[in-house]
Amino acid sequence: MSRRVTIAYLLGLALLLAAPMFIYPILVMKVLCFALFACAFNLLLGYTGLLSFGHAVFLGGAAYVTGHALKVWELPTLVGLLAGTVAAAALGWVIGSLAIRRQGIYFAMVTLALAQMVYFLFLQAPFTGGEDGLQGVPRGTLFGLDLSVDINLYYLVLAIFAGSFWLIQRTIHSPFGQILKAIRENEPRAISLGYDVAKYKLLAFVLSAGLAGLAGATKTVVFKFATLTDAHWHTSGEVVLMTLLGGMGTVFGPVVGATVIVTLQNELADKVGSLVTVIMGAIFVICVLAFRRGIVGESLALYRRMIGQKAG
Amino acid sequence: MMKRKLLALALSTMLVPVAGTALAQAGKISGDVVKIGVLTDMSGVYADLGGKGSVVAAEMAIEDFKAQFKPKFKIEVVSADHQNKADVGSNKVREWYDTQGVDMVTDVLNSGVAIAVAKVTTEKNKIMINAGAASTRLTNEDCAPKNVVHYVYDTYALANGPVSVMIKQGKDSWFFLTADYAFGHSLEKDATAVVLANGGKVLGGVRHPLNASDFSSFLLQAQASKAKVVALANAGGDTINSIKAANEFGLTKNQSVVGLLTTIIDIHAVGLQATQGMMFTEGFYWNLNSETRDWSRRFFSKHKKMPSMLHAGAYSAITTYLKAVHATGTDDTATVMKKMRETPINDAFAKGGRIREDGRMVHDMYLVEVKKPGESKEPWDYYNIKKVIPAEEAFQPMALSRCPAVKK
Repeated sequence: MSRRVTIAYLLGLALLLAAPMFIYPILVMKVLCFALFACAFNLLLGYTGLLSFGHAVFLGGAAYVTGHALKVWELPTLVGLLAGTVAAAALGWVIGSLAIRRQGIYFAMVTLALAQMVYFLFLQAPFTGGEDGLQGVPRGTLFGLDLSVDINLYYLVLAIFAGSFWLIQRTIHSPFGQILKAIRENEPRAISLGYDVAKYKLLAFVLSAGLAGLAGATKTVVFKFATLTDAHWHTSGEVVLMTLLGGMGTVFGPVVGATVIVTLQNELADKVGSLVTVIMGAIFVICVLAFRRGIVGESLALYRRMIGQKAG
Repeated sequence: MMKRKLLALALSTMLVPVAGTALAQAGKISGDVVKIGVLTDMSGVYADLGGKGSVVAAEMAIEDFKAQFKPKFKIEVVSADHQNKADVGSNKVREWYDTQGVDMVTDVLNSGVAIAVAKVTTEKNKIMINAGAASTRLTNEDCAPKNVVHYVYDTYALANGPVSVMIKQGKDSWFFLTADYAFGHSLEKDATAVVLANGGKVLGGVRHPLNASDFSSFLLQAQASKAKVVALANAGGDTINSIKAANEFGLTKNQSVVGLLTTIIDIHAVGLQATQGMMFTEGFYWNLNSETRDWSRRFFSKHKKMPSMLHAGAYSAITTYLKAVHATGTDDTATVMKKMRETPINDAFAKGGRIREDGRMVHDMYLVEVKKPGESKEPWDYYNIKKVIPAEEAFQPMALSRCPAVKK
């Protein structure tokens, strides 16, 4: 099994390495950024059972910090990316330590409320440029490579994505990840086993926020701007949709979900015009009604059933 | 073992050179097709202002151009909904430039999207003729006169028109009701500067959140200020709601209400009863002269609505661009921009329009007053033209420009 998974990963990586030859690289980079965002979100929802409804604030917050660091402070690209990630993790620590005091719907509402507060801060703060956005962020260079060349940047983004994906994968399969799953399944039991549940939840929240931030920071470098859209609650909703559509609690689910949603949004923009939002809504409804485990979840279930039949 | 082989395979794919094709295009038209992108809001708050109507205007422009000039090159239109998201918009435009050979992008309403698209356009050295967005940043801090033309209106022009005229009428004390975000702030800032420059005074202002539903407390403050003019530095639904509320509070009896960004679409939505007597700046009105009437009626027959200044502006922008391509025989950015700059713009939208060195297209603007319900003779007959604001006065003077590319 583990060998098969490794092969699948390597195949995926090879596909991604070759992708810019067939597909428009900017689109792939956008997909990768959102895939990372959805993976970070999935770490929280799928593996810890915490539904944060304000995750866009980490994406947007890091986007602004990175944008500001690169444009105004003129820091090197990597330092800028790091600054955004750290800022998002710090923000995650603040919001997380307040939100984890409550469970379920209250947790979701607290994260939404805090995220909206930060959103309005971004709307008013002079450095974000309000709804005009922080524009014209330079991509800079990396080890002498000019990142304004799309293909160079593509491999940086791919490296960031692959590294983060590996980190998430390691986290899920570590003892720490096992405890998170235990908390998801039965919190009182985890407490009775002697785990400091609050500490684990907070750590998961900060990790998820930091990775979401890394996605936002990368996105700023790709598109050269950070706007309010990144921090808006629509984006928080979109990441829920991506995760559910792909398959919550599966490693690949969020990647598939993000790919589908981003590609659809991009492709439909000039074909159906105003119907995009309706189509997104319909997809969400169908997903919730018909296949709750998401694309990857249902495929895995189907695969297991077939294996089971063979064995039987 | 298996793993190592796969890794080697993966690495080897990386080494395959990626073919980048740069088309040499000096002196002729790339791909023999001139491709125009209409990027607009098809589904959101600005869909009536631009949206499908802009695509209709683009098709009309191309039809008319073909009929008049019989060009040898093909002309195509692509359009997309940016959903008011800067990332969707700029990604789409980047893709248009990179993979579809689009030469020029127009409409682009929503300032955030427009600035993002302007950056991409500059990077790819294409042309953007912005007919939709209002922010003066496009010709100031974020100006890119080699690639970007700001065609129809901007916050300065909107503020300038009504303010100077009303102060001359003795309405010299002002109060601002401002949407609390960058667009509202910039509109208020520009209008305040014009009020002070004309010797008026600003008695105060109040800011309301975007998409506010209850304007009562804001309007009471406006009433209490005893200012002669209450200026609405907001847009779309907010403008409509504040006008309605101002009527309900009887504010319009003693004070004048000025919507700084009001269009014929808003008046059509609210109705003359509530908007009568309002004054504001428009870039276009269908019932100006026989030329605008003919054009607008044709537009109406296709779109079932009279054109906004954005629609007429998009038509004019595309016509201007195509004429320049036709005259120079190339779609090379620098050549076409130079030609457009040299040639005065004369069509249904603008008379004697001129593209300045900061990228601002200056043309006459109109100060309009909304008719009383009794005065209106037919549907869409809404305005009395109070004053034609000459091109030189309508827009921000070059002396005040904050555009780094123009400054010496």
